[in-house]
Amino acid sequence: MLDAVRWPRLRELMRKEFRQTLRDPRAKRLVFVAPVIQLLLFGYAVNTDVRNAKTFVVDHDHTAVSRELLATFAASGYFRIVAYGERPAEIVNALDHGTAIVGLEIPLGFAADLAAGRQAKVQVLVDGTSSNTATVAQGYATLIIQRFGIERGGTGRRGDGGTGARGGGETAGVDFRARAWYNPNLSSRVYNVPGVIGTIMMMMGLLLTSLAVVREREIGTLEQLMVSPLSPAELILGKTLPVVAIAFIQLTLITSVALLWFHIPLRGSFVLLIGASLLYILSGLGLGLFISTVSNTQQEAFMSMFFIFMPFIILSGFMYPVENMPVVFRFLSLLNPIRHYLVIVRGIFLKGAGVGILWPQVLALAVMGTAILLFATTRFRKTTA
Amino acid sequence: MSRLSLSRLLAIARKEIVQLRRDPRSLAMAFLMPALLILLFGYVITFDVKDIRLAVLDEDRSARSRELVDAFTGSGYFRVAARLARYGDAGPLLDRGAVRMVLVVPPGFARDLGAGRPAAVQALVDGGDANTAAIALNYARAIVIAYSARAVLRGTTLSAPVSAESRVWYNEELKSSNMIVPGLIAVVMMVVAAMLSSLTIAREWERGTMEQLAATPVHRVEVIFGKLIPYLAIGLVDVGVAVLVGRGVFGVPFRGSALWLLGTTFFFLLGTLGLGIFISAAVKSQLLATQTAMIATYLPSLLLSGLMFDIANMPFVLRMITHVVPARYFIVVTRGLFLKGVGPHVLWIQGVGMIVFAAVGLTLAVRAFRKEIG
Repeated sequence: MLDAVRWPRLRELMRKEFRQTLRDPRAKRLVFVAPVIQLLLFGYAVNTDVRNAKTFVVDHDHTAVSRELLATFAASGYFRIVAYGERPAEIVNALDHGTAIVGLEIPLGFAADLAAGRQAKVQVLVDGTSSNTATVAQGYATLIIQRFGIERGGTGRRGDGGTGARGGGETAGVDFRARAWYNPNLSSRVYNVPGVIGTIMMMMGLLLTSLAVVREREIGTLEQLMVSPLSPAELILGKTLPVVAIAFIQLTLITSVALLWFHIPLRGSFVLLIGASLLYILSGLGLGLFISTVSNTQQEAFMSMFFIFMPFIILSGFMYPVENMPVVFRFLSLLNPIRHYLVIVRGIFLKGAGVGILWPQVLALAVMGTAILLFATTRFRKTTA
Repeated sequence: MSRLSLSRLLAIARKEIVQLRRDPRSLAMAFLMPALLILLFGYVITFDVKDIRLAVLDEDRSARSRELVDAFTGSGYFRVAARLARYGDAGPLLDRGAVRMVLVVPPGFARDLGAGRPAAVQALVDGGDANTAAIALNYARAIVIAYSARAVLRGTTLSAPVSAESRVWYNEELKSSNMIVPGLIAVVMMVVAAMLSSLTIAREWERGTMEQLAATPVHRVEVIFGKLIPYLAIGLVDVGVAVLVGRGVFGVPFRGSALWLLGTTFFFLLGTLGLGIFISAAVKSQLLATQTAMIATYLPSLLLSGLMFDIANMPFVLRMITHVVPARYFIVVTRGLFLKGVGPHVLWIQGVGMIVFAAVGLTLAVRAFRKEIG
């Protein structure tokens, strides 16, 4: 492939590419500001914790005990009581209008049942339209109610259970202590922000590479390049190297924002990150070149890119853990460079993992990147020759 | 200025359709995109966490500690993937990602429990994926509480003193696809409509055909609406495809009025297309236009619309921004119609919002479009 590469010619083409991509100040902004916007969006918006779920309360009991249960709910931080009602129908109305997503109904005789040692029932209604929030809110509500019951009910009847509850704090008999590794506060940001690096680099690789060629074809200047003394290898390198450079500037930019703005720890080796990113970007370039060989217009290229990119993102574990996917998709995702790169990025950032742990992913990226790039360049030579 | 003419408008529309038909791949993708996205999202996105890989370090080795571990495996949420002999083995397992959680039962667990002292149990969870970790911890806590209640109440005739009877409305089985599919329609609309239309004017500029267009007597309102019509048709067909896939493949219920869906979608599409054309006319380059459209429409409608992530959790500034994300209101409509089965008495505000959005989008498009060259 390196048969006919002459540096002066290559340099001129690269200079032209840079100039064409960044000539427009708006394009410059796009290339460098867009990743930061995405990073901020993902950093701040992607948050699957449930806090302050809007709660509508119907308390038929009106006792000190029922109010105490509600206070426990409010103090948990997971629920925010937005309104009180008298009739159960009001809960349904609130859920219909979306003014609340959780409804609590405390029955008449709640305090009396609890004192008498009879089982007391609390109704929890959850708006399931947002199934994630609903699952988590339901879990928290059940926990709060059961714990309340064990603490209030347990003390009245059994001494040891009561002491257990008071002493343990967490639960009655068993003191459950949880520790989260790598991310003690369980903040979603720490997980998501490194992931954005992977998606942005892939998108830019695909987009800039494919459009760089297709734009020339659409405007008709590709023919001029063809009759110029540029060799195919020079053409390919001239089109892809500027993209690599831009991708690395973006990598630096995003990493800086992640470290300095979001204070995401970088526990592993920066050199490994750079090396893995280089292997990763090969796949992006290869796919971009491939798209450029099958597209005549930018619209076609853009649609094709989107068709490749979307499944890649969804099957990468970027937002949804791969291990929760159905088996077929889990296997399919093995062919997805983003998936492997995300394991590497997250491993390096969060766990401080090194080559000893990450070598399977690095190897996968190397194999995939080389294969895709070889395939695409062969095709590219055929279609342009 | 000449009067608006329907025949000129239709001529523009016809030209746009011819152009679309010459590019069958883009057209096919415009129709396949909603089906593909909905299938992928519907199958892949699941917030149900099952079969969490658990490593157990049981240093107590008593009947009581085995009971606790059985309670974990019996719940269906956890699967014991490894049994550890030493505490030091936990770290490497988590590092490799071989397990997500390590349950540590220290020596003296059964003794403490029997003596009425709090018996400690420790869980180490891989916090990397905070969401899954939080859900896993939640399950673990619930299991321990239930176990604990049984242990404390052992010997008494009572079951747990207070039971929580929870019921889920609208989406009784808490299926993720029920949540995703209706909301995804808004995103798909945004993607297809804004992205396709963001190319139209920019393409004319890039290819130089804008000069030809400028030389014709066609009015800019005619150009905008002429270009809009084919994409509006594509968008409406896409909604149909999305609804059919959602219902046919995922069994998502549709409880509201189809007419309302059609009406609100119509205005939502108009607004989105207007926005796309506005971007196209403003930036005049296809690369810039698609990227701007992506940032302006696709990302907000995916991230800031409440589709997958709770708006209530976002920082104040982002929460304010979500108020101008049209998809936020459209998702209320689609979820309301699909899952809640509510009608105009609840959704009229969003309906008005869609009309306002359409008016704003189209005004922007017409104002930004200039025929003058230079």
